[in-house]
Amino acid sequence: MSISVREIRKSFGRFLALDAVSLEIPDGELFALLGPSGSGKTTLLRIIAGLEFPDCGTVEFDGNDITGRTARERRVGFVFQHYALFRHMTVFENIAFGLQVRPRPVRPSEGQIRTKVHELLRLIQLQNQAQRYPSQLSGGQRQRVALARALAVEPSVLLLDEPFGSLDAKVRMELRRWLRQLHDEIHITSVFVTHDQDEALEVADRVAVMNEGRVEQVGTPDEVYHRPATPFVYHFLGNVNLFHGRVEGGKTYVHDGSAGHLVFVRPHALEIARQPNGANHFRATTKHINAAGPIVKVEAITEWGEPIRIEISQGQFRELRLVKDEVVFVVPKELAVFRKDEPQ
Amino acid sequence: MRWTLTGIAVIFLGAFLFLPLAVVFKTAFEKGMRAYFDALREPDAMAAIRLTLLAAGVAVPLNLIFGVAAAWAIGKFEFVGKSLLVTLIDLPFSVSPVVSGLIYVLLFGMQGLWGPWLIAHGIRIIFAVPGIVLATIFVTFPFVARELLPMIQAQGNDEEEAALTLGASGWQTFFRVTVPNVKWALLYGVILCNARAMGEFGAVSVVSGHIRGLTNTIPLHIEILYNDYQFVAAFAAASLLALLALLTLVIKSAVQWQAGRQIAESAAAGGEGSR
Repeated sequence: MSISVREIRKSFGRFLALDAVSLEIPDGELFALLGPSGSGKTTLLRIIAGLEFPDCGTVEFDGNDITGRTARERRVGFVFQHYALFRHMTVFENIAFGLQVRPRPVRPSEGQIRTKVHELLRLIQLQNQAQRYPSQLSGGQRQRVALARALAVEPSVLLLDEPFGSLDAKVRMELRRWLRQLHDEIHITSVFVTHDQDEALEVADRVAVMNEGRVEQVGTPDEVYHRPATPFVYHFLGNVNLFHGRVEGGKTYVHDGSAGHLVFVRPHALEIARQPNGANHFRATTKHINAAGPIVKVEAITEWGEPIRIEISQGQFRELRLVKDEVVFVVPKELAVFRKDEPQ
Repeated sequence: MRWTLTGIAVIFLGAFLFLPLAVVFKTAFEKGMRAYFDALREPDAMAAIRLTLLAAGVAVPLNLIFGVAAAWAIGKFEFVGKSLLVTLIDLPFSVSPVVSGLIYVLLFGMQGLWGPWLIAHGIRIIFAVPGIVLATIFVTFPFVARELLPMIQAQGNDEEEAALTLGASGWQTFFRVTVPNVKWALLYGVILCNARAMGEFGAVSVVSGHIRGLTNTIPLHIEILYNDYQFVAAFAAASLLALLALLTLVIKSAVQWQAGRQIAESAAAGGEGSR
């Protein structure tokens, strides 16, 4: 089922949480709402779920306006950040809940419910834990039960609020991949909220980057990472070096007193050379080198005194025989320029 | 040091709790089992017991409904006048029971605000059963709400919202999710409410009029017997209240033990979350 969000506005008291937000999520997509805390991403997810209602604007599922419908009527699967499992019910009872509360005419029989729950338990690989209580499960297991519970009612869309937010790093990675696989299997339109850029870029088909109640950019992970539309997106997605520069005659100067432009360069888009190459370059002094890992991270100070970060491959590092406190030439290979008067 | 403190505590408890309790039962059985049961079987005593059960039987269910509604509203929603409602719930704790009894007399009594109207329509509240029931309800209404409120506030809305997205109706959510989560606090509140309803003296004394066999509850019956120097009968009736107190303590400890276990479990369940 496709989701359309049009011109949604929502405020809590004097705080404007969402400011005219519009999004189109086609059927079957795995979509991420990415942003820092307070950017309105969770509010938007709750509005799509019907747990919160917008001040104005509309939400459509498959072209039908459902803005006024309650969460109960929308048939969405919602996975809460802290799982919100029913603590007095077993895993089995938790998953069966959505089927058991259906009105009698449309309620499946006990046998059908049992079959369905066991099917889902197999899907989340917890067949042997059916009679356990949530308090007896690990965080990752609870998260999977929450997902199975949401899927049991065969929702039209699946909404996940910071699905891996409260798990430790290793479990997080595993669940991330598992969610992606699951989505490839069941193809349900899914939206998840996250503040973790790696998570959004790795798992989602498309990402909306949000900031202060607005959508800054929507695109594939590749697009938002390599062609950020705004300075905020540049900042938010990965490390970046910021220069106050100037553009003149098609040439970009990364350092300039008049400083009418913001110039962004990713650490891996800076090249280190021993000799000036005649093109755009500047001098910098290396201050700290971290060679542990697949890439070498170099911290340096530019000739005008600003700290920068550079990432080079192990091969280049060996070739250059780079050491601490030496002067090198730095060449920006890819840069993005924004006028200063554009909103940050 | 330790022995001194423990000793003081034991002596204190002995002098103020166990000794009176022992005296109650000793005096009650002074003239044998027969006299004890005769005192309880006597018509006025039976009437007092029935009235006490009636007052508690009306007050406890009503305050259960009121307490759940109030705690639910305060715990789950934001509205104007919320802090005022919280203060009002505590009112019966802060007002002397005698004063609250007097307020009923001033409202419903012969010379009271609505007195003439009530007399004209042949409705008796003061010096009659309705007054006793009203006074009991007033004095006991904070118990359930007070026990529930912290529990409901601590639990937040997540589970209810989850139930809603899974298609449960408001009532289904309430009975299948909210109530099971607060059941021990609820039971505890009901026990305390009941104990107070049966033992209330001050407010009931003011509105009762002490008509033997008609408007006497057990505590009032005890007072009258005692003032008549019928010690065995007085203490026999008192022993009923003492038994009720002991029973309440036992149930209360059992419930607290259960609730403590539940809290420990839910704390473990929310260990990684924010609960």
